[in-house]
Amino acid sequence: MTRGAARDTEVTGRANWIGLATLYRREVRRFLAVWAQTVAGPVVAGLLLFVIFGAALAGRPPVAGAPYLTFIAPGLAMMGIAQNAFANTSSSLLVAKLQGNIVDLLVAPLSPAEFLAGIALGGVTRGLLVGALTLVAMWPFVELAVPDPWMAGFCALGGALLFSLLGVIAGLWAQRMDEQGAIASFVVAPITLLSGTFFAVAALPEPFRQIALLDPFLYVVDGFRRGLVGVGETAAATAVGIVVVANLLLVALCHRLLRSGWRLKQ
Amino acid sequence: MEPRPIQAPAIELADLAKTYPGAAGPALHRVDLTIPAGSIFGLLGPNGAGKSTLINILAGLVRRSGGTARILGMEVETRAARHAIGVVPQELNLDPYFTPRAALDLQAGLFGIPRRSRRTEPLLAALGLAAMADRPARSLSGGMRRRLMVAKALVHDPPVLVLDEPTAGVDVELRRQLWDHVRRLNRAGTTVLLSTHYLHEAEMLCDRIAVLSEGALLAVDTTEALLRGLKDRTLDIELERPLAAVPPGLAGFDAVLATPRRIVIRYGQEPGAAARILAALHAAALPIRDLGTERPGLEDAFLELVRRRGARPAGQAERASQRSSASGPGPRAIR
Repeated sequence: MTRGAARDTEVTGRANWIGLATLYRREVRRFLAVWAQTVAGPVVAGLLLFVIFGAALAGRPPVAGAPYLTFIAPGLAMMGIAQNAFANTSSSLLVAKLQGNIVDLLVAPLSPAEFLAGIALGGVTRGLLVGALTLVAMWPFVELAVPDPWMAGFCALGGALLFSLLGVIAGLWAQRMDEQGAIASFVVAPITLLSGTFFAVAALPEPFRQIALLDPFLYVVDGFRRGLVGVGETAAATAVGIVVVANLLLVALCHRLLRSGWRLKQ
Repeated sequence: MEPRPIQAPAIELADLAKTYPGAAGPALHRVDLTIPAGSIFGLLGPNGAGKSTLINILAGLVRRSGGTARILGMEVETRAARHAIGVVPQELNLDPYFTPRAALDLQAGLFGIPRRSRRTEPLLAALGLAAMADRPARSLSGGMRRRLMVAKALVHDPPVLVLDEPTAGVDVELRRQLWDHVRRLNRAGTTVLLSTHYLHEAEMLCDRIAVLSEGALLAVDTTEALLRGLKDRTLDIELERPLAAVPPGLAGFDAVLATPRRIVIRYGQEPGAAARILAALHAAALPIRDLGTERPGLEDAFLELVRRRGARPAGQAERASQRSSASGPGPRAIR
């Protein structure tokens, strides 16, 4: 092989801020254009769970010191954040590959970092929008004192970014709709539903309690709840550490994949 | 003051190679090619010759396995090179929900062009899309979609425009429009590289042609020089009596005795060619029963010509011609 063979896509020169902003706006418009499916639908789905659990378990004793509905409200909001951040980036990339208009992005003078930022922030935006609307709708029925808004905001943003980046990897990897759907059903749904969303980990029997504690997303949900309600089972510092480390690792991995053209360039 | 830089070639490929993972052989094999700035350059070759691979390397869609590729002196992967080239892909790749105006605006934005400097309206007008500017792309006709793809490649006013088989599956009228537009761009200073498997198209448009087959360059020359000596017609002569050999009077022509009673003479478009053949036939006093002319197809004649130039091993040429004849009738094209 000749020296000078291009293994990586090296893009040099000044940052393309307009390109990045354009890509981000496109990502946001893409989901807002079908808001009933991408925003309203997920909010309603979250509220339905809220109503079902509220009706079925209204008489339940407080969990970790909070009324049951108040306990699950942050979990449901975080579930919406994570699932929709993931859905946005994974489907955006997959659809662009299937329609062929991924070419428009690849020919443009966007560095891998700009490409990643534009796509990932689009997913973060959708996740946070769904999470915020879910919380607003539940607000009259729960007691959210928001003792630590910084913690709540940090975990919301960190959780959204985490799943947005996972969606980037899934969107790059998947070649067909069913492959993306499989990751959403078999990976994202179980993680977001089982990470202390509806229950306190302390209540789990062993060995499930130990297994649950290995799930990094549990700490993000718990940190979010601590910020909104003031109750938590894990240390706040653990959630902060996990959010920072997991996002850094995923950013590095996504950047590397985009740089190499994995599943995008032959 | 900085010295004025010497104009670099629009495109410069050296030892360019590409092998797709899992493929039996290379898609591109050590291609060296220089395309001068300001030209309309044709990349001609049968399907599977490597034309799209070459173009997609320039477009940044395919990673090369070896060699170098430069656009106006800049490595293809650099941001500056991305700005210097506009690419019209072969496959329709429009987002069906975007209107032409939105699609052009988006593409200009991705290229980092500020709103006030965008050329959306002039491009819509130039490519005849103004009336449909606010309809979603899915409601556009095939021709309009193709023109929209050309417009998208021009949002950043690239000095080099690359079109991958722009007229494949396109009707005559649209083909003419596209050619006109390509010529206008070229007159305004844009270097154009287009791939095609229609020799006629390359002949009409291009001032230089490279012939690619099975990943290797067979010939690069001016269109005129390549087509010189191209014998794309035959004169078929039926004889009253059988002959043992082509008569000596026809020695100066490309004549063969196909059967004892049939002589086939291949000739080209140069002026007076047919008259000279007829005069020679008359002088040879051949017992002619009947004669007829045929145009077997520019492309077949062209492949034959290129093969005769001895640019590659005979075995490969043989395979190419077998493929060509196996493809049967259809539009005249090198397949």
